[in-house]
Amino acid sequence: MTAVIELWSGLHPLLQAVIKGLAVIGVMFPFGGACSLIERKVSAWMQGRPGPNRALPFWVAWVPGIGLLQRLGVFHLMADGGKMFFKEDPVPGHVNKFYFYLAPVVGMIPALTTVTVVPFGAYLNEAGKMVPLVLANLDVGILAVFAVSSLGVYALILAGWASNSKYPFLGGIRASAQLISYELSMTLSVLPVFLWVNVPGGNGTLSLFDVVSAQNGAWFGLWMPLSAIVFLVALFAETNRLPFDMAEGEADLVGGFHTEYGAMKWGLFFVAEYSHMLIGSGVFVLLFLGGWNPLPWVPLADVAVWLHLTTQPILLGLLSIGIFLGKALFFIFLFMWVRWTVPRFRYDQVMKLGWQKLLPLAIANLLFYALLIAWIQTRN
Amino acid sequence: MISAPKPDLVTVNIDGKDIAVPKGTNVIEAARQLGIEIPHYCYHPKLTIAGNCRMCLIEMGMPAVDPATKAPIMDAATGKQKINWIPRPQIGCATNASPGLHVKTSSPMAREAREGVTEFLLINHPLDCPICDQAGECKLQEFSTAYGRGYSRFVEQKNVKPKRTELGPRVTLDDERCILCSRCIRFCKEVAKDDVLGFVDRGSYSTLTCYPGKQLANNYSLNTVDICPVGALTSTDFRFKMRVWFLKETPSIDTESSVGANTTVSSREGVIYRITPRQNDAVNDTWMADSGRLLYKQVKADNRLLAPSINGAATATEMALKAAADLLVGRTGPVRHDDDATPAAHRAGAPYQGSVAIVGSGRSSVEEQFLTKKLADALKASVSLVSRVGQGDKLLISADRNPNVRGALVTGLISSLPSQQLTTLAADIDAGKVKTVLSIGEDLTAAGLTAAQLAKVAVVYLGTHQNATSNAAKVVIPTLTVFEKSGTFVNQQFRLQKFAKAVPGPAGVADDLVTLASLAGAATRSTVASDLGTLWSAIAAEVKPLALATYANVPATGLLLDATPWAALPFCEGETLHFKPAASAAATA
Amino acid sequence: MPYVVERKPLTLSERIYLPQILAGMRVTLRRLFAPNVTMEYPEQRPAIPTGYRGVPTLVKDPHGREKCVSCQLCEFVCPPKAIRITPGSVEDQPDRTHVEKGPQAFDIDMLRCIYCGLCQEVCPEEAIFLQNQYTLSGYTRAELVNDKAKLYELGGTLPDQHFKWDKKKAAAEHGNTH
Repeated sequence: MTAVIELWSGLHPLLQAVIKGLAVIGVMFPFGGACSLIERKVSAWMQGRPGPNRALPFWVAWVPGIGLLQRLGVFHLMADGGKMFFKEDPVPGHVNKFYFYLAPVVGMIPALTTVTVVPFGAYLNEAGKMVPLVLANLDVGILAVFAVSSLGVYALILAGWASNSKYPFLGGIRASAQLISYELSMTLSVLPVFLWVNVPGGNGTLSLFDVVSAQNGAWFGLWMPLSAIVFLVALFAETNRLPFDMAEGEADLVGGFHTEYGAMKWGLFFVAEYSHMLIGSGVFVLLFLGGWNPLPWVPLADVAVWLHLTTQPILLGLLSIGIFLGKALFFIFLFMWVRWTVPRFRYDQVMKLGWQKLLPLAIANLLFYALLIAWIQTRN
Repeated sequence: MISAPKPDLVTVNIDGKDIAVPKGTNVIEAARQLGIEIPHYCYHPKLTIAGNCRMCLIEMGMPAVDPATKAPIMDAATGKQKINWIPRPQIGCATNASPGLHVKTSSPMAREAREGVTEFLLINHPLDCPICDQAGECKLQEFSTAYGRGYSRFVEQKNVKPKRTELGPRVTLDDERCILCSRCIRFCKEVAKDDVLGFVDRGSYSTLTCYPGKQLANNYSLNTVDICPVGALTSTDFRFKMRVWFLKETPSIDTESSVGANTTVSSREGVIYRITPRQNDAVNDTWMADSGRLLYKQVKADNRLLAPSINGAATATEMALKAAADLLVGRTGPVRHDDDATPAAHRAGAPYQGSVAIVGSGRSSVEEQFLTKKLADALKASVSLVSRVGQGDKLLISADRNPNVRGALVTGLISSLPSQQLTTLAADIDAGKVKTVLSIGEDLTAAGLTAAQLAKVAVVYLGTHQNATSNAAKVVIPTLTVFEKSGTFVNQQFRLQKFAKAVPGPAGVADDLVTLASLAGAATRSTVASDLGTLWSAIAAEVKPLALATYANVPATGLLLDATPWAALPFCEGETLHFKPAASAAATA
Repeated sequence: MPYVVERKPLTLSERIYLPQILAGMRVTLRRLFAPNVTMEYPEQRPAIPTGYRGVPTLVKDPHGREKCVSCQLCEFVCPPKAIRITPGSVEDQPDRTHVEKGPQAFDIDMLRCIYCGLCQEVCPEEAIFLQNQYTLSGYTRAELVNDKAKLYELGGTLPDQHFKWDKKKAAAEHGNTH
């Protein structure tokens, strides 16, 4: 086990970076597909039907128990992926080709980039110190996430504009307005968390790892619920999920910004959406639900001691990743759950909610916690 | 002309309504004038009255008069003359109008009597309607709906009689269905003058048969099928082909002779299934010849011309039209005559006199003949027609087997009667005067031209079917049969009669009028109308005898034209139904 | 006359909306674990009720004889004009005299058929029935035009109370013959 770590450490940093990058792609793409399968299954179950359950490659049909996988629709996921890669890729004659091709790429870059700065686990090193599992442990943390992920909107605008057709164009317009509107509330709702994390006298930090460390006791979601709710609502809007599905809006805009897309170019938008969902969920878990801490007031370090894992960094890391991913996946499920519960808002309702409700709420929330934290600190 | 004597009108009262009808009119016809239908099977307006079906039973009465004084007996309650109703029903067909006759056509007694007749007719009538060709136009079906009881009280077994008897080459008889009305017997005796049908045996064994050793084979045998009120007599040709309720009926004209019998063409989805006569009391009454009923087979004939061709190679209609126009009008074009010492005038594009001969047709419609004349005038071409003379049968087939020779006279295409051989044209070809011949549907070899003569000229053939002339022609443009176009014919009485398009022509075959108008347009260097409406304004303006006519206002029974300008011509027709030749008419006068 | 729909004012929880969403999510969560309402079609099939109007078929009588006499009433009554019959005469067969007429070709275009059942209703010979089959598929349009052989294959044999043609034959044998 140590041999593996030594081998990794011995690699050239550039090679390390390439492997990390490939790992991101190798994880995120299947993850997008898996999410699409989960989405289909969850949708089906909520609607009282079995969902995809037919596909079964004939060369594995003999494997006993394969029927369960078939019922779960696992092979549909593969079939869908294969189809996406190999089907004809239509490019309408009237599009602006350069930007039309660029848009899905622009959509994928922020989706994959933000993954690198989100810590997804932690372990104890020899010194007994918590070390985050993250591809790039930046001090600016949350700022990097916000900065890069908000670039994702350009993909939508670009796709809508380059398609040179009215429904995609309207979809692109809606996406830009909506994302800008909710970006504000989202950022403001996070500020109280960092006001609390940055205790006076300590090192100023925006690192998400530090936020998790600050939640060894109570989770921020418990005593900053309003922040959590505003962040969650804004997250729905930022990821273009129902009920904020304005940019796609198939009922009124056919398919919105991706009307003219097909095959893998469309698939890239799809994967980008699920990546955004995963990152959004991850950030929410890190900020408000204690990250990889299993329970409030039960930090990971204590669990490591109970399970005698303090000297097993890889096992502890896997445990922490499991805890973190479990929480994040619950939020993925929440996205789907809400999708089949709440109907899509009207566009004016989306704008009204964003500017007239969430933004004042976020400002008031910020002022309240600023004053509260100031009061607490003056008491000390 | 001898004016008809003024009819002696009498007033009768039918169902409370007074109507004045000529004396002797029977009650069925009188009631028909009031719009009241008295059901009947055996009665037929064009046949003698037999009175054996008993379906037209009515209640009748006469005004009461005092037997002694002959003074009217008045009814105190109404203040009108009392009516003495006859206590038993009478048959309408044999009851003639007499002054003061009172008739009740739908009184309870009359109804009950007809219901009784219907029940008796139905006890032995087989339930063949699903397989019977008459279903849909069957009088027994119709009157059973009105007077039948809907179920049968007859528990015994029905009569069994011969089925599928071949009465003749064209008529099949099903004796079980026969209701013994004797219409067919009377028709054969009175109209066709071929008295071969009759009843044998008595009572419920009565059976219609042919005289032993004879056949119902005369050329009018299918009229018995038309007048049969049930499905006993059926046409062997139409048998089991199509149910009548699918058929679209289009008024048309029989083209087999200059009688111009009015017909109805029944078609479904572009396929003609049968031709039946259409009543025109001035021309053919309700009859037509069997031979004319089979003419629809030419529509789907194997030798039908379906595509234009130049020198035997199929081509597009536009190309063929252009080639034909080049040959006729004489401009340089894709088809050139090799040994043609082209005169200067020819090269300049002007037609040169006498080099084009047109063989028109007595089978073309008036409109086509008008356009042919236009074309001939522009080309300064000689025009000849081919006459066809056969034996007239003194009924509905005349000696002149062209339906529209008189149309050619009326439009001025020809001024004298055509001959059977084109001797003048043959001579002109031999003399080298004629370079191009346009034949409109006429087989020139049948009209006396030799193959060698045809080879000397460029032939443009417009026609429906392949023949020796079309095979020899430089340019062939297919045309439509009479069932596929609309137009008019002038029959032997100088009666302008119109026919309408029953089925669409084969794909790619242009209307004759379009073809001729295009050629005439090329010759006159102008646009010539080809649709009937516009064309008829031109005809009315240019053809004096038709000055007041338009296609739309020609009545269904035809428009009689003034025949005096052509009274001196020696027409070949003999006497036929409703027609006396001018010579014999003058002789009898 | 226009009228105004009175809307009752929203309660506080309704205006906050989040509790309403949670209530809705409770419903969807319950549905998530509820049994499926759909049927997994090719393996599971619905029970066909009596009187069901499935694919129209031609039937034979219990003696295996053709019943249709090509009267073309179904062709006439068919609202979408799906039926096409070519009538023709049939030879006298010993077990089937007097019929005289039968369909040479009988096509039902299932791409046009609307399963209205009027053909069955109108048939005087009780030869056409809409039976239980409800699935049809094919790779070409031509495959979905049922011809006579196919229609008899689908139709099979149904009981018959009338035996109309048998009665005719019996009358002929009984001696009412002229």
